[in-house]
Amino acid sequence: MTPLEWEVVTLSLKVSLWATALSLPFGILTALVLARGNFPGKQLLNGIVHLPLILPPVVTGYLLLLTFGRRAPVGAWLEETFGLVLAFRWTGAALAAAIMAFPLMVRAIRLAIEAVDPRIEDAAATLGASRVMVFLTITLPLTLPGIIAGAILAFAKAMGEFGATITFVSNIPGETQTLPSAIYAALQVPGGEGAVIRLVILSVILAMGALLVSEWLARRVGHKAGRA
Amino acid sequence: MSLSVSLRHAFPGFTLDAAFDAPEGVTALFGKSGSGKTTVVNAVAGLLKPDAGTVTVNGRTLLETAQKLYVPTPQRRVGYVFQDARLFPHMSVAKNLAYGRWWGGAPSAKDTARITDLLGIDHLLDRAPLALSGGEIQRVAMGRALLARPDVLLLDEPLAALDAPRKAEILPYLERLRSEAEIPILYVSHSVAEVARLATTVIVLEDGKVVRTGPATDVLSDPTAVSQLGVRDAGAVIQARVLHHHDDGLSELETSAGRLFLPRVEAQIGATLRVRIQAQDVILSRTRPEGLSALNILPGTITSLLKGDGPGVLVQMASGDDQVLARVTRRSAQALELTEGATCYAVVKTVSVARADIGSDRAAQ
Repeated sequence: MTPLEWEVVTLSLKVSLWATALSLPFGILTALVLARGNFPGKQLLNGIVHLPLILPPVVTGYLLLLTFGRRAPVGAWLEETFGLVLAFRWTGAALAAAIMAFPLMVRAIRLAIEAVDPRIEDAAATLGASRVMVFLTITLPLTLPGIIAGAILAFAKAMGEFGATITFVSNIPGETQTLPSAIYAALQVPGGEGAVIRLVILSVILAMGALLVSEWLARRVGHKAGRA
Repeated sequence: MSLSVSLRHAFPGFTLDAAFDAPEGVTALFGKSGSGKTTVVNAVAGLLKPDAGTVTVNGRTLLETAQKLYVPTPQRRVGYVFQDARLFPHMSVAKNLAYGRWWGGAPSAKDTARITDLLGIDHLLDRAPLALSGGEIQRVAMGRALLARPDVLLLDEPLAALDAPRKAEILPYLERLRSEAEIPILYVSHSVAEVARLATTVIVLEDGKVVRTGPATDVLSDPTAVSQLGVRDAGAVIQARVLHHHDDGLSELETSAGRLFLPRVEAQIGATLRVRIQAQDVILSRTRPEGLSALNILPGTITSLLKGDGPGVLVQMASGDDQVLARVTRRSAQALELTEGATCYAVVKTVSVARADIGSDRAAQ
């Protein structure tokens, strides 16, 4: 691997890991609310969560720019309060990736929560467990395989995110140039096919690696849950 | 120690309106499916919020809708054994048993050992719930409920999902539970045989209303209760003490009315048993029969007769301190001139008493 390729791979991993890790708690919470909640506006929330899946990614990227740009209301406030700049930074790439991957993550976790029998949670309540304890000791462990699946799916989606990322944070080598952006950039250069092939092979290796890790994790959790 | 319940709750097309007291011991909540039994139990556990009502356990109010008092389920201290057990699939048996530690504190090793020994589950502790048989699953569920140290135990048809051999396997454990647990036990069932074996008090529910309450022996031997329990299942419960196990495979028991020979029972000499004699297995005779193969002949006096819609008559007979119930045809009743106060002999074939109808009695413990 050339130093440039190494930079692209580590940046892609950094962006995707942050995107997955930071969105996971929100993903679990949203999935829980959508699976078990019963409130007016639930369908609206469901629609908003799924929006990045159905909107053209360029539109999502542009909306991010409108909201989190340095002169946009939220962007300016974040910079003033926390010194956090998103536009044209790797942090923005992570945000774009997280938002694009969010619907997939929520969907996987929501299905897993819906598969947990509420009658088992009732049984835990009769044994004295409060709602929070029921969630932590029953619902969450039984949902763990789904949470892992959702996280891996989100990670894979973040690794491949292109449209929203390039619109929101552009394609700056060393700062926001992830694998797909780098492939796209190399394709623009005459005679860049060799570089493209190398990056494509790296993409395949990373994707397979993520899949293997998820299989291994799922099997471990499955063993623990006594369902292997 | 007692449980007091009064509930009113309307479902579409069905209204529950029931009130009863359950003293210490096993109170059977008997009724056909759809009579509202599970609704009552769920309201006691707080899994269902009734339209109106009160629930009190040992003087502690769990529900008082008039004062908007509603103790949430986790604080109710009810041990609930569900029909479908509901063990936690991701925990070992040991962890399932230890789960109910929230209000009672973690169960001590001694408590755990006592309960696992009582229920015969000490060899299962490391297993996963999925690796257990149906009978084992229900025993673990009972242990889990008991180890939370509840103020009242609710058993919702714990045997309904099991086949006959599994039921026979669990019934002795339930009998031990009845004699060891010092809390009221509410036992939901639609099986007269289970009620006859376990219950000290019977509450009969019909279409959401309590139609009969009383001590089990009274209700089961009352001809007027038969329509509510089901004619085919009618049968009185009598107490008997084991006298001798004979070499020919029979056990000799002493009842207040006389000797009873039954197929060999698994009980020590001197143990008190409750034996359910089904009304349809009893033959009546006005004179002491002789030259008969049946070994059990109990003398008594007819206390009541109840004619049903069909060709049958239910005859209640006082025999010693116990009541015996017999179902004969109207034709026989007329031919024998069976009337209240008439002297009569009840003939019971030894082999007609099913093993499942013989159980240990609380008084013996």
